[in-house]
Amino acid sequence: MTETSSQPIPEKAKPSLFQQLELDMRLLGMIGAFVILCIGFNIFTDGRFLTPRNLFNLSIQTVSVAIMACGMVFIIVTRHIDLSVGALLATTSAVMAMTQTELLPQILGMGLNNPATWAITIVVGLFVGTLIGAFHGWMVGYLTIPAFIVTLGGFLVWRNVAWYLTSGQTIGPLDSTFLMFGGTNGTLGTTTSWLFGLFATAVAIWALWSGRRAKAAHGFPVKPVWAEATLAGIIAIAILGYVYIVNSYAIPTRRLQRMFEARGETMPEGLVVGYGIPISVLILIIVAVTLTIVARKTKFGRYIFATGGNPDAAELSGINTRLLTVKIFALMGFLCAVSAVVASARLANHSNDIGTLDELRVIAAAVIGGTALSGGIGTIYGAILGALIMQALQSGMAMVGVDAPFQNIVVGSVLVLAVYIDIVYRKRLGAK
Amino acid sequence: MQAQDTQKRLSGTGRGSGAPPLVEMRDISISFGGIKAVDHVSVDLYPGEVVGLLGHNGAGKSTLIKVLSGAYQMDHGEILIDGKSVEIDNPRDARANNIETIYQTLALADNLDATSNLFLGREMTTPFGLVNDAAMEAECRKIMAQLNPNFQKFNDPVSALSGGQRQSVAIARAVYFNARILIMDEPTAALGPHETQMVADLIHQLKAQGIGIFLIDHDVHAVMELCDRASVMKNGKLVGTVDIADVTDDDLLSMIILGKQPAQKAE
Repeated sequence: MTETSSQPIPEKAKPSLFQQLELDMRLLGMIGAFVILCIGFNIFTDGRFLTPRNLFNLSIQTVSVAIMACGMVFIIVTRHIDLSVGALLATTSAVMAMTQTELLPQILGMGLNNPATWAITIVVGLFVGTLIGAFHGWMVGYLTIPAFIVTLGGFLVWRNVAWYLTSGQTIGPLDSTFLMFGGTNGTLGTTTSWLFGLFATAVAIWALWSGRRAKAAHGFPVKPVWAEATLAGIIAIAILGYVYIVNSYAIPTRRLQRMFEARGETMPEGLVVGYGIPISVLILIIVAVTLTIVARKTKFGRYIFATGGNPDAAELSGINTRLLTVKIFALMGFLCAVSAVVASARLANHSNDIGTLDELRVIAAAVIGGTALSGGIGTIYGAILGALIMQALQSGMAMVGVDAPFQNIVVGSVLVLAVYIDIVYRKRLGAK
Repeated sequence: MQAQDTQKRLSGTGRGSGAPPLVEMRDISISFGGIKAVDHVSVDLYPGEVVGLLGHNGAGKSTLIKVLSGAYQMDHGEILIDGKSVEIDNPRDARANNIETIYQTLALADNLDATSNLFLGREMTTPFGLVNDAAMEAECRKIMAQLNPNFQKFNDPVSALSGGQRQSVAIARAVYFNARILIMDEPTAALGPHETQMVADLIHQLKAQGIGIFLIDHDVHAVMELCDRASVMKNGKLVGTVDIADVTDDDLLSMIILGKQPAQKAE
């Protein structure tokens, strides 16, 4: 208790290259695994895996699970689980399907493809999803029923509510504007995609720079400039690289012809138009960025992680952990509804088995992405990468021609192995 | 010699000035499933005073104090602060009344760093409503420089800290927000001799600032050294409250073990 002067930062041993970059090693490991997976499949499929077409499809197939996995991170971080996400997706999808095919056009007399249909439908869907999620959260937080039980019950209830709502029928075709939110029906086009890519790169670099400035303003240690520049370069290449890939996937000529015919024009000979970024991927990006900011920069996010780390401490710090639980499950319900929009729009109709087994894919994605079931640890980008790895594995094996039963056997084994590697890695690191 | 020291320390407290006590817990009772953990206990605390709470494990001292910190809700009784009755239903109410607690378990979120723990529940925000990590870390560095100048691990989760470092984070959290009433539940239980001395110095320093402290401790010697008064509990009941200046170690021990007031102390 003597010297109270400023504290010099002690000189440490020269840090390694990765330490200077302050990169997350497990993130690098996952990216590495993903890259190896892609290259491996590319070799076994004679170069059919790493094509713009396949990567485009891979990204739109991943979106639905990835969006829900983002919400699942918060659920698992607070030591809960949600087994009902696939069923909740089905219910919200059914509600939206009925809204846009029965309620609005027939009962309210708005007719088919009314310009307001898609917006009303999505608002209704998001509202229902949030409400059901909040109800789950209320039962977990205030009635203190374990989340496992609440959502196991929810799994049966909502799967069959969806069935009841649609009488088990496939509902379609869906509203034409609504279809733009999933699959190949809605993309940004090449020019807008490039603009978006440049904008995203600029925002990412600005975020890096302002974070550095805030640290420097208080005299805290900052990374060397070259490390920041390398990081910025990697981010720029990743973003613009993805834009380049989805822009190089050309819309099939016949399809393009039909699009011109629909507008009453004739297609110029030899015209090639790229798809660009799918709107569903854009939704995923918005969800991911928003939730990452929520996790790191808001009180809500701080409380989620504090509650996961030590629920008693959070409660004693004056955090209303019960209300927090309601909010987290409401957010999960909201994201299930978003996924329902994407999934039903991609399939162009609502089918009775939509979202089946999604709860397991979502949990697996979050866990492969480094979310600890013991709570307190997890990242949004990890969960998305987890979802991407799972989807790459699944569709890669399908392309190679692995038998269907073996596909699931491999995915299941990979899940267990990934968690084991994570445990070993954390032990090596000396953390819990 | 020890009595003289104690006398000197007593002079700094607000007791005897006629002002109402800082905290008065009147006739508090709380039971868990038919077992009376605290049975009609009354204690009080004056500004600048340290009151020790003594007793065996299960005597009810931690339970009593958790009523004040908002972790438990009492079944019967009244809490007065500055002579006014207050409602403390949860930890937020306690904090609103400037009551801060250092729990025996420290109550830290192990996965967060020292700064996040220091400000947990009371984060500083930017004008956009986002948490201002840089400003909070700067404040955290300032207070840690006073409490524990050797502390450097600002960017590690507190699970990576030593017992003493964790303790200083818990203490920093209690004293940073201008506490008027401080509850310390066995603050030195997990500490080495050097860190125990650090806590003792801190208690003297806080006393001098007029903060009232409830100190829960097993160690009679620590209580004799640090406290002005001691309230002894046994089986949920209050055995008695004594001035440290008037009693010996043995008197306190017999109160704890036998549950009897020292006979000679008549006012």
